[in-house]
Amino acid sequence: MIVVVAPGLLTTVQDGGRPGFRAFGVPVAGAMDRLSWALANALVGNRPGAAALEMTLLGGTFRFERSARVALCGADMRALLDGRPVAVDSTFQVPAGGQLVLGAATAGARTYLAVRGGIDVPEVLGSRSTYVRAGLGGFRGRTLAPGDRLLVGSAAGEPPPPGALPFRLVAPPRGPIRIRAIPGPQEELFTAAGIRSFFATPFEVTNRNDRMGYHLRGAPIEHAGGADIVSDPVVPGAVQVPASGAPIVMMMDAQTAGGYAKIATVIGADLRLMAQARMGDTVAFEECADGDAVEALREERRLLEGWTASPGTGRIAGKTREGAS
Amino acid sequence: MKPPIVRLLPQGECGIVVELGSSIDVVVNRRVVALAGAIAGELAGKIVEVVPTYRSLLVVFDPLRVSRAALARKIRALAARAGGRADRRPTPERRRVVEIPVVYGGDHGPDLEFVAGVAGLTPLEVVAIHSSCTYRVHMLGFTPGFPYLGGMSGQIAAPRLEVPRERVPSGSVGIAGEQTGIYPIESPGGWRLIGRTPLRLFDPDRQEPFLVAAGDEIRFAPIDPEEWERFQEGSR
Repeated sequence: MIVVVAPGLLTTVQDGGRPGFRAFGVPVAGAMDRLSWALANALVGNRPGAAALEMTLLGGTFRFERSARVALCGADMRALLDGRPVAVDSTFQVPAGGQLVLGAATAGARTYLAVRGGIDVPEVLGSRSTYVRAGLGGFRGRTLAPGDRLLVGSAAGEPPPPGALPFRLVAPPRGPIRIRAIPGPQEELFTAAGIRSFFATPFEVTNRNDRMGYHLRGAPIEHAGGADIVSDPVVPGAVQVPASGAPIVMMMDAQTAGGYAKIATVIGADLRLMAQARMGDTVAFEECADGDAVEALREERRLLEGWTASPGTGRIAGKTREGAS
Repeated sequence: MKPPIVRLLPQGECGIVVELGSSIDVVVNRRVVALAGAIAGELAGKIVEVVPTYRSLLVVFDPLRVSRAALARKIRALAARAGGRADRRPTPERRRVVEIPVVYGGDHGPDLEFVAGVAGLTPLEVVAIHSSCTYRVHMLGFTPGFPYLGGMSGQIAAPRLEVPRERVPSGSVGIAGEQTGIYPIESPGGWRLIGRTPLRLFDPDRQEPFLVAAGDEIRFAPIDPEEWERFQEGSR
């Protein structure tokens, strides 16, 4: 049992999401930074898809009633285990009665806490992910609160040895965060100048950024005609541009359909970069061909399989190397 | 009737949007629902899911398991077939009409009088009109299980609230412009509320979590407040 002493700013249970029900208006939800989430699970030897905690900007404080193997991946929240620092992007043993305290993210926005066995909440429509707006899934359909007690699932065998990834998943941005996007599906509803400016000028992340979408600020993107279309499908990563000309990048909790013209779609492998951006950060979109996006997805899967297929075979190096992400 | 123009558009590396039209149109939507069904049936196992909307649908797939080009060919072939079929009226056994019991007015429909005022009708006349139409579920969205309905009489159209309510109770039936709809879960909303159904449009714990799907038809049946509990239990 994990006791939530303090939940942090916005902490929810997330897994790989809830595909299969979008036709009924159910957003996919799931981890915003799926690579960090998946690697946290891999580090504790969980099967792919296990539920973990997603913390946002400010981490929580957790007391472990029983000894547990834990991994932290994503933004560095200066974690302390019983007062001693533990590295992000690493896995370590928490003793029975141990207390893990996370602070504010030094860079990036989201950190995943995986525990061996996974966070055990009931599956709703095939997923443990929390979709707060509909009170669906996760821990009672909501963000964690002080006093919540989280069950941990059981796991057979031994976990991989404690250690850290040989790279950092989230590095402090130096200059604009480059995010690749595939034009369409409605790029024809924008002028050539509008499309040019979307891919050529940087945008600033506003304070309106959450699991539903990231509202950006920058040079207005010019529509060829109106901005409104008959509502049609929206995927996480879709970049909607309302009449104001300011783009909105749809994220994991986005509605399944929307009525604004969509200029481009952030590629799956890069959506985590948006998820780790915070207010005031600058992003720059780069036009991406479909084949390159598929290749990036292949690389992401390969990286994950490397960590998942052979846990505990010495691949986990003892120290971190900066800037490899 | 001419074969419909089918456009395949990319939405990221895992999505193909199949566009069958550009406006809200029953004939187009019928084609969308038919094609979505054909894709879900014939390409099961090759794709992740199909999401029908008013005039287009989304096919979600894993490009490391099936190539976009191969999938696009299959979709085009199915569209050519389904397009021809959907021009005819749906066969009777495939057409599903879902009756939604509604307590109109009072606490359950606080805006019924307003809607009547806008229309220059009595509340009872508004109820009579609203419950006499058959509505098509064009698509679901906004919140889980929320049906976008077509077919409301323009006679009972009413503007949205200027300030949306923070909490609209689940089951509320509302009017916004020439649209009518049902809130499956408690959520904020700006529609004029004329009634409420005891049925749950979305219940994740139920065998069938969703009461209606795209392509279904809905009829509203007025009930007395005393009948509320009977329908509530009947829905479980």
